[in-house]
Amino acid sequence: MSEETITLEVTRYRPGQDREPRAQAFNVPFRKDWVVLDALNHIKDRMDGTLSYRWSCRMGVCGSCGMMVNGVPKLTCAAFLRDYHPGPIRVEPLANFPVVRDLVIAMDDFMEKLRRVKPWIIREREKPVAEGEYLQTPAQLDLYKQFSMCINCMLCYAACPVYGLDPVFIGPAAIALGYRYNLDSRDEGYRLRQPILTEAVGVWDCTFVGECSVVCPKGVDPAAAIQRTKVASAKEWFMSMLLPWGGKQ
Amino acid sequence: MTTAPRAEQPGLYYPKLPATWWLRRPAYVRFMLRELSSVFIAIFLVVFLIQIYRLGQGPEAYAAFLGTLRSPGWIAFHVVALAFALYHSITWFNLTAVVQVVRFGERQVPPRLVAAANYVLWVVVSLAILLFVLRG
Repeated sequence: MSEETITLEVTRYRPGQDREPRAQAFNVPFRKDWVVLDALNHIKDRMDGTLSYRWSCRMGVCGSCGMMVNGVPKLTCAAFLRDYHPGPIRVEPLANFPVVRDLVIAMDDFMEKLRRVKPWIIREREKPVAEGEYLQTPAQLDLYKQFSMCINCMLCYAACPVYGLDPVFIGPAAIALGYRYNLDSRDEGYRLRQPILTEAVGVWDCTFVGECSVVCPKGVDPAAAIQRTKVASAKEWFMSMLLPWGGKQ
Repeated sequence: MTTAPRAEQPGLYYPKLPATWWLRRPAYVRFMLRELSSVFIAIFLVVFLIQIYRLGQGPEAYAAFLGTLRSPGWIAFHVVALAFALYHSITWFNLTAVVQVVRFGERQVPPRLVAAANYVLWVVVSLAILLFVLRG
């Protein structure tokens, strides 16, 4: 008896040769323990070595294998073939990003935005190592922990129509990470970070579609981070208008 | 939303979102319906303002205006506007629970509880208004 197969419709794009991407169908073995990434690896090893895509850890940690699976942003290492049976399964590069080749997208824009929100601990004065570590209570950790689970997989950008329509938007993951450091009790960079998060292309560009939080594979809620930053920013604005000392302590 | 041109690099393929992007996923359609609800609520409020204005013009003018509102077209509009207002309110209450972090000491109050408090307040205020209207 021949082995059961499932069809993958994979986007192909050769820069400099193709005007636009096209789909190519591959019949791969249907195995219950295979994920879409296993099927892509099978194609590359056995059927067409020219297929290009990114992957690394195959366990939902590195965040490099994000693609559109049947139109939904997914980590392909966590998208089981059996959940798409009998197929066909459409595998496309992450939406809203420029395509470099086949399933590989250009992530320069995201990397630049990530840098802009300064996602690291900023201290007014660095403590010498001899003075020991910066201590934090479990409650202080709890404040920002979910936002620190981001693996920069960019699925939230692929789910965000605002980013698709207006790529200057700083976007969900970068804002959530900026917010994460603002919440960190060890951080003193709020005044440096907040102007970037609250500029016109920051939180105020967001129309709260909410899909960023739905597609996040790590349970981060970027939509909440954005709306909470809006509330904080609006509060600060009101205080600066109402109070003689401009709402600053 | 501002639209700034993006410097496109040669060789890369830049996908464009079609105007029908919001039909791609049910969640996008729900989002657009929620945005659309504001149009109906805005029209309702304009009608309401006209109603108050007509009330100031005297009983006859007000009665004539009420007569206009009894036409099937206006009744249909109000039914649709009510449906949109309810949809907007319910989604709003659910979202506030996520956005507004309420703390009790060191613990965060579960978002469901915040939403429940919103609904309870909604019912109480609605009942108070209903009582006021019925007694007046």
